Amino acid sequence: MMTDRHGDTGDLSANAQQTLRCIARQMIPASAEYGVPGADDPIIFTDILQSIDRDRALLQEALDIVDAMAGGSLVELPEAGQVKRLMEFRTARPDLAAAIEAAVARCYYRDDRVMASIGMEARPPFPIGYKVKEGDWSMLDPVRARGKIYRDTGLMEESS
Amino acid sequence: MWKNAMNEPVDVLIIGAGASGAAVAWSLAETRMRILCLEQGGWVKSSELPSTGRDWEARTMEDFAISPNRRGLAADYPVNDDDSPIKIANFNGVGGGTIFYAAHFPRLHPSDFCVRSLDGVADDWPIDYQTLEPFYALNDRMMGVSSLAGDPAYPPKDSLMRPIPLGRTGEVLGAAMNGLGWHWWPSDAAIVTQEYEGRAPCINLGQCGSGCAQGAKGSTDVTYWPEAIRSRIELRTRCRVSRIETNEEGMATGAFYFDADGREQFQSAEIVIMACNGIGTPRILLNSASERFPDGLANSSGLVGKNLMLHPYAQVRGHFDEPLDGYRGSPICTWSMEFYETDPSRDFVRGYSFQFSRGLGPVRTAINGMADGLLPWGDGHHAAFRRLFNHSAGMVSVCEDLPEETNRVTLDPDLKDADGIPAAKIHYRLSENSRRMLDHSIARGKDILKAAGARDITSRAPLPYAGWHLMGTARMGKDPERSVVNEWGRSHDVKNLFIVDGSVFVTSGGVNPTSTIQAVALYVADQIKKRIHNLFD
Ligand SMILES: Cc1cc2nc3c(=O)[nH]c(=O)nc-3n(C[C@H](O)[C@H](O)[C@H](O)COP(=O)(O)OP(=O)(O)OC[C@H]3O[C@@H](n4cnc5c(N)ncnc54)[C@H](O)[C@@H]3O)c2cc1C
Ligand code: SF4
Repeated sequence: MMTDRHGDTGDLSANAQQTLRCIARQMIPASAEYGVPGADDPIIFTDILQSIDRDRALLQEALDIVDAMAGGSLVELPEAGQVKRLMEFRTARPDLAAAIEAAVARCYYRDDRVMASIGMEARPPFPIGYKVKEGDWSMLDPVRARGKIYRDTGLMEESS
Repeated sequence: MWKNAMNEPVDVLIIGAGASGAAVAWSLAETRMRILCLEQGGWVKSSELPSTGRDWEARTMEDFAISPNRRGLAADYPVNDDDSPIKIANFNGVGGGTIFYAAHFPRLHPSDFCVRSLDGVADDWPIDYQTLEPFYALNDRMMGVSSLAGDPAYPPKDSLMRPIPLGRTGEVLGAAMNGLGWHWWPSDAAIVTQEYEGRAPCINLGQCGSGCAQGAKGSTDVTYWPEAIRSRIELRTRCRVSRIETNEEGMATGAFYFDADGREQFQSAEIVIMACNGIGTPRILLNSASERFPDGLANSSGLVGKNLMLHPYAQVRGHFDEPLDGYRGSPICTWSMEFYETDPSRDFVRGYSFQFSRGLGPVRTAINGMADGLLPWGDGHHAAFRRLFNHSAGMVSVCEDLPEETNRVTLDPDLKDADGIPAAKIHYRLSENSRRMLDHSIARGKDILKAAGARDITSRAPLPYAGWHLMGTARMGKDPERSVVNEWGRSHDVKNLFIVDGSVFVTSGGVNPTSTIQAVALYVADQIKKRIHNLFD
């Protein structure tokens, strides 16, 4: 039910870190076409490890399961074996797979190189903000034309 | 700010500084009574809000997560929501839930106050739309509501300033609604679109859901509280109330609370006003059980904590070939009341509203895309991401949740907060009526998105992390056997105890509740002022 905010001290085990890095690469690989690093990029992966405070216990559990499903260690399987085992893991434990996805996505999609590639300025929203088109309120004319749609209760205030 | 020497008696003690606590405090200020508000959290610093940092999206899942269990910060109390498909969301601090709310600001409709008379279900409210109308209008002015006048889904109401932008999202979905002949309208939003009472206009940060660094969103820390404090009301933060004390006459004498250093204190008061929301309030009342009130305070009806209503949500989203507003702009832009009222040809009673929403930030796009199977792992990831990001729009349906006594808040026998106060436990099941309503809204939502030309349409129901409307757990009514407070918010049992938060809702309507919560708080304050000479009769 609840994450113990203060209970998860310490790092992921060394094995778990290796497995997580392997999964991050399988999830979001580098792409020359889009000019982006993979999620296993050293800067991004360090960010991931530093940002999993509330999820550490859950991730450790997930990564232990992945390794167990891989016969002891995911990283030691050949590429095709890794892909296959990870497919099986995602089918068997979508909840834990979602925790890994969230941990990876939170850091990958704030990396400057990735932001540039998806057309975002590398800045926080505040204080510049963004432009949004005002829109054309005359589109509401047909809605107005249809007239009142709220329900009468027989009370005075609705006789408008 | 007037400041009493610590714990000197006050005339009015308000517990909770959220949407309703702020409104009632401000309204009572003119009485010149000694008024103190105790709030378990602190003030939010706008410079620390997520939108000021590069890691803005990630922070909405950490210290600014909507679940108190996920945040687990000093201001938070845990809520055991294991026994509910809908998980609780709140914010604990000055402003309460308004710090996180989307500021989508619909009123209840006239019919919502008399569902028993109209549809033979639930109960009628003891007050009606007409009674609340002046308080809705006053609250709109205080919160700074932008809107477009003339919405045919409501009795006439004034517009203070132009609505939030439709954006390309509003236009695309609006065109689809026009094609279908269905009602839609720019949302009333507690977001200022121009300079207003010292607040700067919205600059489309898109971060309403984790606090507005611009101060454009009407959270009560920037609306009611500054004015109330200028009027000499004291707001004491980091003070968590554990229970209300009573005397031999069965009157409330004040409240025990834990201060910032964890020391237990007692604050005595002539009048106690509860404003801790639909979970926090019944929690304190149940924790205030005593020999005089063995089932909890104000609970002779047995209804404290019962009839919890959460508004089940369905979410339907689609993806478009043209780029839309994406993460820019207030997430919610328009609403529809097309399916709001009971229609005998449907297989459910009552109805729902739609809130139409813009796109998602890149992190949310990735997380949701992977969960929905639209965003693969591996080589196809990048191309698929670019088809989703900035190309999505959709809606949620806000379904009327009928009151059921089995949906309730109790005290958890084991779980406690950091001060050792028993935590709330939620017991909640979706009714068959709600399930049908959710299904109907998903089907109509898909119709709308298809008409708008969307592809890759996904849906979720009930939305799990959407227990943000907390209502019904200390309902108002004229009959002391069927309600906790009377028609002007005073406890039937304890004549100097009032409740002004979402707990007093008799029915939930199918719209977001905060404008009504605050209108009710202003109405109760007005009643207190009018009846001040015989308030306890
Ligand atoms: C993510 C999110 C989005 C939302 N979006 C919308 C929206 O668009 N439109 C809308 O109408 N509503 C929305 N809401 C709901 C809205 O925030 C609430 O309806 C509203 O804030 C409830 O007002 P309230 O006064 O009942 O309680 P709250 O605003 O929750 O205030 C209760 C206060 O009491 C304090 N408190 C509780 N227990 C104690 C205690 N023991 N001692 C001292 N203090 C205590 C809490 O810390 C809190 O500050 C949203 C909520 C969330 C979380
Ligand atoms: S969209 Fe407007 S109201 Fe929302 S956070 Fe941004 S500036 Fe504030």
